[in-house]
Amino acid sequence: METILYIAHTESNGSLSKASMETLTAASDLAKKLAGATFVAGLIGENVQSAVNAVSNCGASKFYAVEGADFGSSRYASDVAALEILIRTANATIVLASSTSRFCRAMPGVAYRLKGLIDTHVSGFETGSGKLEIQRWYYRQRMVASMSRTQRPWLLLVDSGIYPAFQAQTGSATLQKIDMKLDESKKKTKVVGLQAPQTTAQTIRPDAALLFVAGAGWTKKQADGQIHIKDAERIILDFLNSSNASLGSSKSLVDQGSEGEEVLPFLSHLNQVGQTGSTPRHPKGLAACCHGEEPHTVGWRFINERRAVNLDPNCGWAQGKADVLYVADAFQVMTKVTELLTKK
Amino acid sequence: MAQGFHIVVCGSLVPDPLQTLEPIQSPTGPALKNEMMLPAVLDPWAAHALYEAANLAKKTGGDSKVWLVSLGPKAKLQQLMMTMAQKAAFELVAIDGSSSGFTDSAEVAQTLAGAIEKIPGLDKSRLLVFGGCSSASRDAGATIQLIGEHLGITDQFLAVDEFTVQNDGSFKILERVEAGQYQVSVCSALPIAIGWATGNLPEPPNNPQIGMVNMRTIMPALQKAQAAKVGAEGVTFASVKLPQQQRQTKIVKDVPVDEIARDIVEWIKS
Repeated sequence: METILYIAHTESNGSLSKASMETLTAASDLAKKLAGATFVAGLIGENVQSAVNAVSNCGASKFYAVEGADFGSSRYASDVAALEILIRTANATIVLASSTSRFCRAMPGVAYRLKGLIDTHVSGFETGSGKLEIQRWYYRQRMVASMSRTQRPWLLLVDSGIYPAFQAQTGSATLQKIDMKLDESKKKTKVVGLQAPQTTAQTIRPDAALLFVAGAGWTKKQADGQIHIKDAERIILDFLNSSNASLGSSKSLVDQGSEGEEVLPFLSHLNQVGQTGSTPRHPKGLAACCHGEEPHTVGWRFINERRAVNLDPNCGWAQGKADVLYVADAFQVMTKVTELLTKK
Repeated sequence: MAQGFHIVVCGSLVPDPLQTLEPIQSPTGPALKNEMMLPAVLDPWAAHALYEAANLAKKTGGDSKVWLVSLGPKAKLQQLMMTMAQKAAFELVAIDGSSSGFTDSAEVAQTLAGAIEKIPGLDKSRLLVFGGCSSASRDAGATIQLIGEHLGITDQFLAVDEFTVQNDGSFKILERVEAGQYQVSVCSALPIAIGWATGNLPEPPNNPQIGMVNMRTIMPALQKAQAAKVGAEGVTFASVKLPQQQRQTKIVKDVPVDEIARDIVEWIKS
């Protein structure tokens, strides 16, 4: 019989992130589907009581916690120590956590210390055969595998954007706090704070309904034979502000900065989607001035509805990959789109 | 700096990102069709780690040294080194084994950590272990942490874009976190393990002189590469398949800009 442990960490305000709530839905569903499974939950953070109360209706039979100032911020040494003791105490055989930056960093080390194994970027679960099978992608989202393991504990990091967020109902739950003192050797690293990338605007919005992907065409010569970087900058930012879209970009556009070419000042490598960038999950995606086939397909693998604007009707990226391709000047189209969005 | 860093970069080859990949079933589990024939590159994230390592070693001076520990089929590693040797100064530690994405990160980490332990003269008190935070094959994002654990490194950072040595000798690290932000941390002492994101450096141009120096050690390293059995023990793959990706693209052409814009706005709001 499996013991399924859902693990989450609190955010700086004591709440659970959307990604954590999504994974809670996955864990709760899985516990119902795996016959005879026990479902428990564990949290780490500075103070986790309010977060536990918020998910007290999730069906977990016990709530464990490692809390205190030492566990308030994301640090490898303290996180691994806390997670290890949490999983050992819960006697978990299957551990589900969301793919937050904090857990992506710490969970592999936890698996090592528990002599368990880890799979990351989990995108689905199957229990039809009576045992757990997970789904994950290989070779940058080019092929999808269903797989199972015999070894336990089995740690699973679930990608965000796959399951609906758990609907919290504030109640109260009894916490089983695990006392843990952190020795000085685990405090060599100090978290100083957060910093925005050195760009002129914050353009990454993971929860946005729309991903807007800007390609290198924005910085190329236009119909008049001139480059219009300033216009491109204004048009893209105006559109982002009026639509609340998140901005992605192609590698070629981001790389131009390091190659000494004129660039869009609000872009950094963090905006990059595709082979060496992210594969974000948004319900809709709109690309403008993007070309290049396979890398963009990879970046857009998890975008449900896709549209593109560019001047080439035979563009390899759009043909067969986008639902609609508008063959038109993106400068003119996006200006008009912003005008309409602002007006209505 | 009188004493430099000992920087070990872990990275291997992956199929060129522009290649079309097709999964097949082999006697040892899933594999890629014509895998040995596919053009290969150094994994892009590992390549960034290598460029950052070379740059740090150069800036730091002293007796700083960079090793590239690479697990892959020996023949393909040799081909790869023809290009990589010209990019940055390093000493190769080659391990002859599978570079398949279907191998398990735990087995890969164990093999790489074993090879690192055997590097002659490696000083753990000034050790930096670098690798990619992700990969274009398995993309587990777990290997560098597992290597760190094998080596007893408890200060680890993932998705790093910047590593700076501060005046007081501590290290400032910028890690990518949610919502397009960086977490800024300061670590007081080595050893440290870092899974690099893309960093901030461009790909260096080919330098034939560096290439010639590197090749003096690369060929002997390849010749004495130990064979390693790396797989995914205990994993059962029920299926590996390509996703359905062909969409019926509607081409909207010769339509006024106003009409296209209206259509897009309606779609965004729907």
